[in-house]
Amino acid sequence: MTLVLKNVTKQFGSHTAVDNLSLEIPESEMFGFLGGNGAGKTTTFRMILGLLDRTDGDISWNGGEISYDKSHLIGYLPEERGLYPKLTVKDQLIYLGKLRGMNKSSVVKELESWLERFKVPEYMNKKVEELSKGNQQKIQFISAIIHKPKLLILDEPFSGLDPVNVEMLKKAVVDLKEKGTSIVFSSHRMEHVEELCEHLCILHKGKPVVQGTLRDIKRSFGKKNLIIRGNEDFAFLRSHPGVIDYKKHMDGCELQIENEEVSQTVFSALQGKGFIRKFELEEPSLNDIFIEKVGASYE
Amino acid sequence: MNKFWIIMSHTYISRIKTKSFLISTVLTLLFIVAATNFQTIIDAFSDGESDQIAVIDESGELFDPLNQGIQSSSEDLEFSLYDGSEQAGKEAVQDDEYQALVVLSLNDNELPEASYYANNISNSNNQAMIQQQLQQIKVAYATQQSGVDQSTLAEISAPVTFNTVALDKSAKTDEELSQARGIVYVMLFLLYMAVITYGNMIATDVATEKSSRVMEILVSSASPVTHMFAKIIGIALLGLTQVVLFLGVGYAMIQANQDNMTGGFFSVFGLSDVSVSVYIYAIVFFILGYLLYATLAAMLGSLVSRIEDVHQLIMPMIFLIMIAFFIAIFGLNAPESELIKITSFIPFFSPMIMFLRVGMLDIPIWEVALSIGLLVGTIALLALIGARVYKGGVLMYGKSNSLKDFKKALALSKKE
Repeated sequence: MTLVLKNVTKQFGSHTAVDNLSLEIPESEMFGFLGGNGAGKTTTFRMILGLLDRTDGDISWNGGEISYDKSHLIGYLPEERGLYPKLTVKDQLIYLGKLRGMNKSSVVKELESWLERFKVPEYMNKKVEELSKGNQQKIQFISAIIHKPKLLILDEPFSGLDPVNVEMLKKAVVDLKEKGTSIVFSSHRMEHVEELCEHLCILHKGKPVVQGTLRDIKRSFGKKNLIIRGNEDFAFLRSHPGVIDYKKHMDGCELQIENEEVSQTVFSALQGKGFIRKFELEEPSLNDIFIEKVGASYE
Repeated sequence: MNKFWIIMSHTYISRIKTKSFLISTVLTLLFIVAATNFQTIIDAFSDGESDQIAVIDESGELFDPLNQGIQSSSEDLEFSLYDGSEQAGKEAVQDDEYQALVVLSLNDNELPEASYYANNISNSNNQAMIQQQLQQIKVAYATQQSGVDQSTLAEISAPVTFNTVALDKSAKTDEELSQARGIVYVMLFLLYMAVITYGNMIATDVATEKSSRVMEILVSSASPVTHMFAKIIGIALLGLTQVVLFLGVGYAMIQANQDNMTGGFFSVFGLSDVSVSVYIYAIVFFILGYLLYATLAAMLGSLVSRIEDVHQLIMPMIFLIMIAFFIAIFGLNAPESELIKITSFIPFFSPMIMFLRVGMLDIPIWEVALSIGLLVGTIALLALIGARVYKGGVLMYGKSNSLKDFKKALALSKKE
């Protein structure tokens, strides 16, 4: 059940929200969408779900269009969170679950086990408006996955949650993936994507600027980080050939270098420059890549 | 289960459980019970004792005919001759021994006259009753004096014979017209109330789902068109429940109180034997009228993102139905006028006005068919546009600015 987007474009009047986006999301994989505000993530999700018609291009899942007769296979957590404030958690989930093709008794059974898992079984008969924002979000998350979808779309699933709850939800997402659900999720928290996704795509102003597997993206980025700890002043490294960026730390510095060979020349340049406690070559973080790629196109 | 059914029953059940619905239904039922038992309630509050009225008859001959006349027309008044002086009589009234004092006498022309003394003269019922009885006595005295005999008198006061006959064979007789007017009035009123109440409910419901942002989940699991119509029908069923309840209770009450309700209201609205076709037209036009306005309401509701904005946006719709209602009320007395004829083809007015014409006049069938056709066409068109606006509108948040939003919503739902 692969989700394929081919040359998808969406225009609102003269504004292009998504520009010629092509993607392939394999079954039971986790795919991360990164991008700043207004990059086109939500618009892309809405097009995948058929809530918005695309201006151009093709979207297919499992070889066909996504239509309402497949809605029992699809789960969606919108960025705009919302539930009926006056309904109880139970009534709410029964209604939403039925709309996803479940029957009442299976909704109640699933809901009980999920509430148990999220350590909030007492919310079963509470009205949603009585819950805190974070707990409402847990309920909303349950509503997106209660029918065991094959394709799950999560728009900023972890925003507004405390670290304990983020861990709880992350684990639930990973479990779903291992049971065969393809998951697409968006975030502007790089560390979540870095931790969870094999495949990712960075969107900027509707255009994919980086896309592929996490490892390939990091490898092809080329640039590395070099961390040096010591008591000396390392400012002279600023002008060392191959050094792109120099950041002074409390007890040393962090360099961005063109490629890993540069580290060796830096290493020799440090000989006899005093006591070095640490010298480490690091892969670039997704954060660095994001700032580099997205920041570059601002200029 | 079909999604249409799920949304419809959810709309129905969650609405029927709301406090505001229960309260308004119970209040209306109480009102119906009170209205149909009006006479019983009035009786319950009256003390059952008759008013004592003292009479001083200076003429010596007026008391008996007046007392007879009063006793035959009212049980609430009891006359008694008062022996004392006028002054003593007035004091007795002030001491609440009597409700009032009436002093009867004959004037210079030998005709009756009277003075009425009471602590206050607010009880105009009693005064009018006595005055009326006295008037009759006066007429009898006056005619006797001028030598007119009783049969001449009866002839003078007999009403003139005035027959109205419609020459057109299929035109309605007077009685039929009065009956038609009754059912037309009832239908106009029901449709008016239904559009205002349930139209508002639909728009508020849609706006609530939008403002609570639950809408995006809903439209990702069922199509906006299904959602919109399930909502419209769900609320319609709710309205039906309410109306059936009201009519049922009203009917039962009327049956129970039939003795008190002869004449009056029910002879004006002779609903007893109106022809079946009029009932069918009433149902057809009611359903079409409801659908038209309900679709409009759902569309308008999808444009706002805060519940507070609903009323502002729904105003034009309320004005439309009000205009239709007032034209129709005017048409009840002038169903043949040009204005009525023209407006009976305009879709937003036709459910009321074409039904009025069908009920009260003899309309060629093609005119009715044309009007219904136009109505159905407009509903279809509105549903089409409504579904588009709905689809776009539910994803659109922000401050609402009706016309601009309308265009934006259309653009959002469109491929470009």
